[in-house]
Amino acid sequence: MAYAGNRRTIISAALAASLSLSFASAAMAKDTVKVGFIGPLTGGVSSIGLGGRNSAELAVALRNQNPDSKYEYELEVLDDECKPNVGVQVATKLAASRDVVGAVTHYCSSVAMGAVDIYHKFNLPVIVWGAVLPDITYGNDYTEVHRINGTMINQNDAAAEFMTDQGYKTWAIIHDTTDYGKGHNTYFSKYLTEDGGEIIGTFGVTSDQQDFTAELTKIKQLNPEVVYFGGLTPLAVRIRQQMDKLGIEAQFQGASGLKSEAYFKGLSGDLAEGTVTFLEGAPAEKLPGGEYFMAEYEKADFGEAFEAYGPFSFSAMNLLMDAVEEVGPDRKDVTAYLADVQDHESITGAVTFDANGQNTVALITEYVAQDGEWVVWADSEYADGTRTLTGK
Amino acid sequence: MDIGLFGQYLANGVMLGTMYALVAVGFTLFFGVLDVIKFSHGDVLMLGSFTGFTVYIGLLSLGIENPWVMIAAILIVSIVTTAMLGAVIARYLVLPLKSAPPLNILLITLMLGTAIREAVRLFYPDGSNPKAFPALLPTASVDLGGFSLRADSVILVAAGVAVIIGLNLVINRTRLGLAIRAVAQDEETAKIMGINYTMIVLVTFAIGSGAAAFAGIMNGLYYNEVNFGMGLLLGLIGFCAAIIGGLGNIYGAILGGFLFAALQTIGAVALPFASAYKDVFAFGVVIALMAWKPTGLIAERSSDRV
Repeated sequence: MAYAGNRRTIISAALAASLSLSFASAAMAKDTVKVGFIGPLTGGVSSIGLGGRNSAELAVALRNQNPDSKYEYELEVLDDECKPNVGVQVATKLAASRDVVGAVTHYCSSVAMGAVDIYHKFNLPVIVWGAVLPDITYGNDYTEVHRINGTMINQNDAAAEFMTDQGYKTWAIIHDTTDYGKGHNTYFSKYLTEDGGEIIGTFGVTSDQQDFTAELTKIKQLNPEVVYFGGLTPLAVRIRQQMDKLGIEAQFQGASGLKSEAYFKGLSGDLAEGTVTFLEGAPAEKLPGGEYFMAEYEKADFGEAFEAYGPFSFSAMNLLMDAVEEVGPDRKDVTAYLADVQDHESITGAVTFDANGQNTVALITEYVAQDGEWVVWADSEYADGTRTLTGK
Repeated sequence: MDIGLFGQYLANGVMLGTMYALVAVGFTLFFGVLDVIKFSHGDVLMLGSFTGFTVYIGLLSLGIENPWVMIAAILIVSIVTTAMLGAVIARYLVLPLKSAPPLNILLITLMLGTAIREAVRLFYPDGSNPKAFPALLPTASVDLGGFSLRADSVILVAAGVAVIIGLNLVINRTRLGLAIRAVAQDEETAKIMGINYTMIVLVTFAIGSGAAAFAGIMNGLYYNEVNFGMGLLLGLIGFCAAIIGGLGNIYGAILGGFLFAALQTIGAVALPFASAYKDVFAFGVVIALMAWKPTGLIAERSSDRV
């Protein structure tokens, strides 16, 4: 009997031990949730895309290190090459894979325009991290589509006001003929005219054009004070280079698509000096969570810089994971959660989505190229009068 | 339009025309000897300019800074490498397919071009971003009433024209040129006359690719920027120029190159609608010209094709 009793205690002890072990392992193994990232990882604007991808990866890695998070996150990264046809394919691939609950997508507006219909069709909630064309959020009533960065409406409003305040009167506009370039042309022209600036010539150029001498010769004849370019860095490099070739002495002004380190790598000599451009948000070090983001990014030791939109990608990914933490890995629930985002804390500042899924925070920062880097206007030697913009 | 401005447009057009003509000459040479269309030509050009850029970086790290020495080294290395690449393409991709339908060669070179382009983009350090090609030529400029004529542009056009004239002399005045023309005219008879057929084909491809490398370096020195996609449109335009001039005729290629440049300049300047349509205009005129003269403006003398 004593023996049997002993045996029973041993069995129950073993049972208890194995039970508690299995409970412990259940608590440790979290469900895996798949989230997506799409951006231009190859092609002319890949530096921005890679910075965005790294930032999204960083957000996921930090979340997975956090013992309080309910799920283990897995990031699926796809390359849209900044080409609408490729973008539509990868968007379909991501949206069609059932286990992806949401995604942070697109830097290029023309790609985002093509992809939003797909996200809507597959009910995949997405947060745009870089594309600035207003129509991406305002041109449809898709509840799935959100955007964390500002739009080119805010950007060009601020740009026109800033430049007219500098005392410039006449502009020549060059824009690429994608949705992005055309949008910039439309909104910049609108606000510039309202602010009293005069546009003396508008030139549309194709997005792979090499030679701009014909357009620029005409601009030289028109003799504007400012040449505005609505487009991306590779073309801006060529235009700035060829302006110099033809001896055009005008201030060069870009849009958000210009603010990239590649602008300095592509230009020889000090041609970049004094170029001004505008960007939604503020530089990483001035963002509420900027210090933290930059320190973590540094620690993660990525090969590439996070570039202009890295912080947006980071906070978009965090917002998406916050939603999953709150409502679970279900596309419709995540969409419903994102619809009600109000003053949600993020490293880029509080996020509030309006009825169209657009973040309403419209912080725009002016930048000027000084000694081979983009310097916030207020901190630059141009603002304090040590240096002057062209023609001032 | 005042005369200074007209001069500026003319200078721009001549510059473009010289580059297009150099590319078109390559197309025409390949078609002349082998009746093939080599669509990787533009990307071979891009490879030539990237080779030149790499040589420049190498020279900088060696501490050589004399611009003329640099230009000479860049040109020699880039042209020789690209010419050899052209010969290799001819030997291993084009010649083996000689008796296959022409469509196969067209496709295989089209794919090769894409492979070269993507390889540079992916494997060249930071290859997806534009590179600042150095301005090695003197940049002094004369201002002639709203028209700034720069020394580097003049040197580039002069060098380009010299290369075109040189190529023309090689084709028409030397024994090698005679052999090339003989192969172009009648392959079988040329072989019977004791001409080393394979060698002539390889040399022709080397010459054409070398000319493309020269155009690539010229492009880099003029725009001070090279990128992996530069060969795509340049190749297409060079091909069009060769076609409207009359494939297989070297004068036709030169004429075609300058004509296309003129069309683009006119399209951007003189037409009332936006400059975004200048390529549409230029290619549209090319289509019209081809409908009017299917064999090109200057038809190959021995042509029996339509």
